[in-house]
Amino acid sequence: MHIKNKVYNGTLYVVLCGELDEHSASHTRMTLDEIFAGGDFNQIIIDLSELEFMDSTGIGVLIGRYKKMKSRSIPIFISNPSRQAEKIFKMTGLYEIMPKIV
Amino acid sequence: MVKSNFMEVSFKALSINEGFARICVAGFCVQLNPSIEELGDIKTAVSEAVTNCVVHAYPKQNGIITMRCEIEGDSVKIVIKDGGVGIKDIEKAREPFYTTKPDEERSGMGFTVMESFMDKVEVEKNDLGGITVTMYKQITSSALQVGNA
Repeated sequence: MHIKNKVYNGTLYVVLCGELDEHSASHTRMTLDEIFAGGDFNQIIIDLSELEFMDSTGIGVLIGRYKKMKSRSIPIFISNPSRQAEKIFKMTGLYEIMPKIV
Repeated sequence: MVKSNFMEVSFKALSINEGFARICVAGFCVQLNPSIEELGDIKTAVSEAVTNCVVHAYPKQNGIITMRCEIEGDSVKIVIKDGGVGIKDIEKAREPFYTTKPDEERSGMGFTVMESFMDKVEVEKNDLGGITVTMYKQITSSALQVGNA
């Protein structure tokens, strides 16, 4: 898992590149927390266009980050999920807390 | 096309082998001409089952996971077996959002994802004291039939 990020006009853009499963979860969690800790932004967009694979472990990772950002009143949005990721997001209701943006 | 085929592999219950298990099954299933979507469904379901073994079946030591894949006509059957600690209440474990490790940011959606991505999922205790997950999927949308010699 490689994570790219940049801040533009008050939005933190994060691109997850690679595979998000149990094996990469703790590294992903740590890296996202480091990126989210700094910077000057008031919303986060997580771009999944370069995510080659994700299973339900990814839901745990995303909800964990949502909880942390909620305390800082920073909303998180999801963009470009794969069909499999989309199916998992819909079945878990993730979009209710992290809406999908086009 | 091959009408009947199987493969079986055993590997250590390490998280690094989750990716191996996905690629291994996907590679074997390619002979059924699945669509990219169907292959993605199978990879996701296999990942969930193997993750369960790594995280829950063997909490103390890295035991062995056996994975068998059978093709019969246009259907695939995947059997993932561990000799771990087992599941106290299988029915409860299959409920959405049920997790025995809520403090580890786990979604409790593993079995629900398997059920939704495959046609049928069976979860049983096995002769090793662990769990056997059997998943079935019929490949309906043959991706590239044109030019098959």
